[in-house]
Amino acid sequence: MEWLNTLLQGMLLGGLYAMFAVGLSLMFGIMRLVNIAHGDFIVLASYLALMVVNHLGFSPLASLLVVVPLMFCFGYLLQRLLLNRTLGTDILPPLLVTFGLSIIVQNLLLEFFSADSQKLSQGDLEVASVGFGGLNVGVMPLIVFASALLIIAGLQLLFYKTSVGRAFRATSDDQRTARLMGVNNAHIFGWAMALAMAVVSIAGVFLAIRTSFDPTVGPARLLYGFEAVIIGGLGSLWGTLAGGVILGVAQALGAKIDPGWQILAGHLVFLLILVVRPRGLFPRSVD
Amino acid sequence: MSNQKSLLSIEKLCAGYGDFQALFDISLTLEQGETVAIIGSNGAGKSTFLRSLAGLIKNQPGAVTFKGQAIGDLAANQVLERGIALVPEGRKLFPSLSVEENLLIGAYSKRPGPWTLARIYQLFPVLEKLRKRPGTALSGGQQQMVAIGRGLMANPHLLLCDEISLGLAPTTIKDIYAALPSIKADGTTVILVEQDINQALSVCDRFYCFQEGRVSLTGRPGDADKAQIKAAYFGI
Repeated sequence: MEWLNTLLQGMLLGGLYAMFAVGLSLMFGIMRLVNIAHGDFIVLASYLALMVVNHLGFSPLASLLVVVPLMFCFGYLLQRLLLNRTLGTDILPPLLVTFGLSIIVQNLLLEFFSADSQKLSQGDLEVASVGFGGLNVGVMPLIVFASALLIIAGLQLLFYKTSVGRAFRATSDDQRTARLMGVNNAHIFGWAMALAMAVVSIAGVFLAIRTSFDPTVGPARLLYGFEAVIIGGLGSLWGTLAGGVILGVAQALGAKIDPGWQILAGHLVFLLILVVRPRGLFPRSVD
Repeated sequence: MSNQKSLLSIEKLCAGYGDFQALFDISLTLEQGETVAIIGSNGAGKSTFLRSLAGLIKNQPGAVTFKGQAIGDLAANQVLERGIALVPEGRKLFPSLSVEENLLIGAYSKRPGPWTLARIYQLFPVLEKLRKRPGTALSGGQQQMVAIGRGLMANPHLLLCDEISLGLAPTTIKDIYAALPSIKADGTTVILVEQDINQALSVCDRFYCFQEGRVSLTGRPGDADKAQIKAAYFGI
């Protein structure tokens, strides 16, 4: 029973990792952009939420109402004004620019918020739990996991049922031909980044409720996100969820064996899957 | 040359890729409703010409005038919004989109006009049964039909067709060219780029022959004799 509980906790944690990963997957899938600053944007969202909570008196969950639209607009502008200029046949410029952004964001956060650890408190909800036949499951982890499911289902609908979603997929296939269809790449890329940042902000708020954070924790979140994307297979959103869950379970089981093994177990499972299935578990059939 | 009433007028268009110049001072006019064929051997600059028109290669703004407006320096998506659609060489269907989605993305710009999904299926009935399939799971001829349908879904005033018979069986080519009269019936102006001279001359109102990036001959199919075309085509 204890192991089953660990397994379940790991699965629910995987929902958060999937949220880290979805944004990365969107950006890489649509515009072949690898965003090194992704983890730092997650932490930036956490600090934005902290400000909203401290200054406007919102609860952390209610702060999403402010943080999500803010990050959405930030994402669109960032893409249109800066990142679109780095995209081209060479993959190095976007890597360098987002690496620079990562350093800038970390240092700005350090400057404004100091290196002190912060945490958002959701009050009673954080310790509330529901029973599942002998297992006690936290309400917050359930909310996080359900949010991940909703986000992925929503994106899936957007991708397969709307005109803008078709434009996303067409651009992902062949940017040049998509332009011939009247698709304005610069705008579509802005949209993709805006969506990615909206997901990032939800992940950032949930992260801040779950654990304490400081300006330097971004890169580790980036790594978890990358691992989840690669495990799941590039280009598949549900695969990303599977990747997140596998990573979460591996970490939880590792921690159960020995607390020092938590992070290492995640990395080992990631490496193992890379060896066995180099393209991930659910790669998109066409590349 | 720049007749105000012409749908399209191209004046001294020069284009190329980087240091390589493929087109030299091409001038050409096109009237509403005409079908014009561009013939020429490999490397004559035919595809470069269409790409320049479609906005995939940027030109001097004044080099291309469409409906009285200079569009030479517009990007491909802006050119499409003005009403010029390109059916690209090699079809270039989107592999992760179904046949129907490939057609629907053609209408992304929401230009109003006669072409709808239903009319495309009327024009190419075989596509309706295949509409759920991935675009690239079709035969070459069927893929070409999707590519043409996708271009028409933008309701263009001017449809550019790049080598639509390339690599297809003669009977398939006949099926595809059979769609041309219905396309023209709506007043759509067509530029056909072809290597197959006979095919091109049998359907066009006028033709231009390109040779090494220059217009080597132009006229009506009935007026030019075989020897003249051969000389303009091969440069011998």
